[in-house]
Amino acid sequence: MNKVENNKAWFLVLPVFLIVAFSAIIPLMTVVNYSVQDIFDQNTAYFVGVEWFKQMLNDARLHDALVRQFLFSFAVLLIEIPLGVGVALLMPTKGKAASLSLILIALPLLIPWNVVGTIWQIFGRADIGLFGWGINAMGIDYNYAGDPVDAWLTVLLMDVWHWTPLVALLCYSGLRAIPEVYYQAARIDRASRWAVFRFIQLPKLTNVLIIGVLLRFMDSFMIYTEPFVLTGGGPGNSTTFLSQSLTKMAVGQFDLGPAAAFSLIYFLIILLVCWLFYTTIMHISRDGR
Amino acid sequence: MAEIRLSQLAHSYAPVPQSDDDYAIRKMDHVWEQGGAFALLGPSGCGKSTLLNIISGLLAPSDGDVLFDGKRVNTLPPEARNIAQVFQFPVIYDTMTVFDNLAFPLRNVKTPEHKVKSKVHEIASILDLTPLLDKKAKGLTADEKQKVSMGRGLVRDDVSAILFDEPLTVIDPHLKWKLRRKLKQIHEQFNITMVYVTHDQLEASTFADKIAVMYEGQIVQFGTPRDLFEAPNHTFVGFFIGSPGMNLVSVELTENGVTFGGVELPMRPKVMERLKQIRSNNIKIGIRPEFVHVWDEANDEAMQVNVRFVEDLGTYKIMTFYLGGVEMKARLQEDQKVPQGVAFISFPDQWLKVYVDEFLLEGDQ
Repeated sequence: MNKVENNKAWFLVLPVFLIVAFSAIIPLMTVVNYSVQDIFDQNTAYFVGVEWFKQMLNDARLHDALVRQFLFSFAVLLIEIPLGVGVALLMPTKGKAASLSLILIALPLLIPWNVVGTIWQIFGRADIGLFGWGINAMGIDYNYAGDPVDAWLTVLLMDVWHWTPLVALLCYSGLRAIPEVYYQAARIDRASRWAVFRFIQLPKLTNVLIIGVLLRFMDSFMIYTEPFVLTGGGPGNSTTFLSQSLTKMAVGQFDLGPAAAFSLIYFLIILLVCWLFYTTIMHISRDGR
Repeated sequence: MAEIRLSQLAHSYAPVPQSDDDYAIRKMDHVWEQGGAFALLGPSGCGKSTLLNIISGLLAPSDGDVLFDGKRVNTLPPEARNIAQVFQFPVIYDTMTVFDNLAFPLRNVKTPEHKVKSKVHEIASILDLTPLLDKKAKGLTADEKQKVSMGRGLVRDDVSAILFDEPLTVIDPHLKWKLRRKLKQIHEQFNITMVYVTHDQLEASTFADKIAVMYEGQIVQFGTPRDLFEAPNHTFVGFFIGSPGMNLVSVELTENGVTFGGVELPMRPKVMERLKQIRSNNIKIGIRPEFVHVWDEANDEAMQVNVRFVEDLGTYKIMTFYLGGVEMKARLQEDQKVPQGVAFISFPDQWLKVYVDEFLLEGDQ
């Protein structure tokens, strides 16, 4: 048998290589390029190795921002996932009420992010904002611009208002996909409402919940616009999250080397945490098999 | 243990039913006796599943009553009816093991765990599920899953009737027979009323002692498989039961018989007497292919017919022929002479049925 050597087929995969190169590898490599050099101008650049990475990993202000970021993201997940599931369970399933509730629920998702920030900036003000004024009128001292705790809670509340609908809509679609016969069988088996949720609805929601958790984690971990508009990262640094620190560094101070190193670390953290979430949830839903 | 009685029952999915056609279940009275194995047989869309869901309480009937042992249960939800239902597609709780699946209906009513354990093991051994008890239900095959669904009905001591809604639809043909036998065994062992919905006459007649044939929202006949075969109460039963179905021909009355396509058939005087009092124009005669007498030679009784073709179905043959321009079928025995071109047939009186407005002429037995 004569084996015909023909490697032309490799050209068929070329488009894929090109697309991946231009969409992912090349942009990422420019960042890598910056992260290992100190660049003064077009012609003056020094190779610094992992110097910027070391510096970033030892930066106390970034440590604080990272801790804040994790706290924020976990608070977001802790509130938005159960709340979203709860809202989806309560939403009507038939008729006009169903369409109306879908529109109402989806509304916050349609608002541009900086508009959301502006809305809450005004909404939360003690003098002209209904929310801020109302809280103060109840005798609770509330000032998101001055008090770090208030600022934190306001940013959290804003995110919950903005993004819980996403989780709710995902779960709603997941719930609609459960065949009626499961509920009928559960009634025949005399299952309680809780048992129906625990053994029928929740297992069938696993897949949409994975998407929900990942999306909400990634998004909240990269949050920028809303707190930037609402609090500007203050008071002090209390609501300064990672992406805001990054922007300050890259755009404000034009420290491209450290900013590039920081970006890569940021990216790897998100990748790592997403992977952790994914494997954990898959493991839970598959355990014992 | 329960007798299930349907009294003046009717159901319509339309909020304000206008005509009979709006009813999925037309007004009916029916009794499923305690401890029987029954089949509810009919084509798709005839209202079988609707009727089943009304009995189990998943659906509230728009008219009439459902009575269990004489007690009206219309307003009781399924969980309060002591009834189990097995659905067309196996419903299992994915995340649980087979054991937990079987234990689920018991644990839901806070049965003590030692009782749960013994009961689950008992049912698992009856259904041959014991080796699978520790497995996740998700990974089971379709027939194992369906056995788990059945098991959830059987573990309960308080179940007085089990309803099956075409439970073998998704099961491989060679396992169908096994599962059906298992069901039959379980029925004998537990003395539970069982109602089995199907559109497969073979399934119905192998499982049930008595079959209710349903057609357009009505039970048109309730009887043993033999009754349905020998004396179909409705043209639909004649057509639906048996393979091939009954030969049915629209006829007109004459002085002492009936006629169609130039063929005269004399009828018994007793039948003629009754037919003459009928106002309806919708008169049919029917005879099963099995009962058409095919003679080897011409004789006084026999009519000569043109044979269209003869199909060999292995142990017997089906002859298709024309009589008075109407296509009919007759069954030939294995050892019978196969007619060529023409055949000589007759319709034995006792098997020739007369239908008025699609229903069997009363007293025509």
